[in-house]
Amino acid sequence: MFYLSLFFQYASQYLKTRLTYRVDTILEILSDLLSQGVNLIFILIVFRHTAFLGGWNRDEIIFIYGFFLVPYAIFSSFFNIWDFNERYIVKGEMDRILTRPVHSLFQIILERIELESLFGAITGLVVMSYAMANLDLTFAWYDVLLFIVMVIGGTFIYAGIFISIATIGFWSDSRTDIMPMMYNISNYGRYPINIYNKVIQFVLTWILPFAFVGVYPASYFLNREEWYGYAFFTPVMGILFLGISIVLWNAGVKKYRGAGN
Amino acid sequence: MSMYLEMIRVRFLMMLAYRTNYYSGILIYSINIGAYYFLWSAIYGGKEEIQGLSVAQMTTYVAVAWMARAFYYNNIDREIAAEIKDGKVAIEMIRPYNYLGMKTMQALGEGVFRLLFFSVPGMIIVALIFPVTFNASLNTWLFFFVSLVFSFIVNTYINLLTGMMTFFLFNNTGLIRAKRVVIDLFSGLLLPISFYPGWAQEVMSYLPFQAISYIPSMIFTEGLVGQEMYNALLSQVFWVVILLIPIRLLWSLAKKHLIVQGG
Repeated sequence: MFYLSLFFQYASQYLKTRLTYRVDTILEILSDLLSQGVNLIFILIVFRHTAFLGGWNRDEIIFIYGFFLVPYAIFSSFFNIWDFNERYIVKGEMDRILTRPVHSLFQIILERIELESLFGAITGLVVMSYAMANLDLTFAWYDVLLFIVMVIGGTFIYAGIFISIATIGFWSDSRTDIMPMMYNISNYGRYPINIYNKVIQFVLTWILPFAFVGVYPASYFLNREEWYGYAFFTPVMGILFLGISIVLWNAGVKKYRGAGN
Repeated sequence: MSMYLEMIRVRFLMMLAYRTNYYSGILIYSINIGAYYFLWSAIYGGKEEIQGLSVAQMTTYVAVAWMARAFYYNNIDREIAAEIKDGKVAIEMIRPYNYLGMKTMQALGEGVFRLLFFSVPGMIIVALIFPVTFNASLNTWLFFFVSLVFSFIVNTYINLLTGMMTFFLFNNTGLIRAKRVVIDLFSGLLLPISFYPGWAQEVMSYLPFQAISYIPSMIFTEGLVGQEMYNALLSQVFWVVILLIPIRLLWSLAKKHLIVQGG
């Protein structure tokens, strides 16, 4: 309960700071929309020159992208730890975090929320409905529940991977370029996994399981039965990866000796 | 002049101090190019060529475009924004050098570092894994490097402009992000400009963005040869000159408009 009320207090505080710089907030939402637009444009232009991508047609690819946007939006709203190393370790801010009465990871999540990213989820739903209309997809009532479970699973996978990488900061405080590159890699879960070779398929499934954020769960809603096994594995992978990251985080906090002055 | 050379050197050494982090970067960049390689192979399917580019040329295009990006890409827009926000820019302005010139030199130091320690080893690794062709003639290499220098200048100009907008917007992360997305799409990094529908190509020919990635990459893959290539290089020169005007204007406006937020 304490955690929940704290969350809402931080959220309302956050909205106040955002409303101070209104132009910038609007620009940020627009730039998110723009980058989603760019990815859609990429798909549309590519399909001007081909009818299928690894056996998937244009609207299926668009659907996968739309699905991907939903867990991604939730992740970017609540798990902004990509600059954890510079912001908290190098500047010594972590010392302050550790004096707070909540779990250190939760405290950082609170301080770094970016609620405007949630707009991406709406874009995702719109994109998905567009693709569904074109594909004549129907869905049952329980699909809504499954959708929520899959989205949570995908969000957990993203959060788990990025938290795990952030914990590197506890062991080495030098600058690393892994984070921005990881964002690039994460994009490949948006495309059908079968277009990649075996090694990359393996990596995207088991090591950096971004395929569970896009193509695997989406294939359930697209009635691609050959992928159902993977699709239903999404929540399991989510819990597993988030769990690993929290263990790493706690180990890192124990190891943390402080930097800065 | 020697002052500016020193700035390049210092930034280069600064980057060198953190060089170990770049090994992981190269690895991940290669994975990145690889994924695009598979994407494009799937897009080509059985087709011999799309818009005059064969699948081999396309692979080379993607690899070169990304490795060139390591050279021209920099974060001086974010640095300028941060320095304006915390008021450091006021101190910088009274120092005996041109602030924008200093930022450009720092960007160049970073670019040269990335070219040597990132692009070159990265390119070798990529060439070992993927069917990238390097049989370009000496001439092509030469024109490619000339073009790359222009692409660095154009991209840096755009970064200076975006960074300076902080003087007027105060908080600028939205614009900086938007700029990056626009550049990735309109510069030809993600898709060669020739893949776009005709009307879009027409619009883009009036914008400076294809000078950043499309032109050097097309020169390298020999998708642009002869007169076409010279015209493309000339258009880069055009932007190198023209973009100085808004930079000058914005800078003199900013000096009058300066509000130190932190200090």
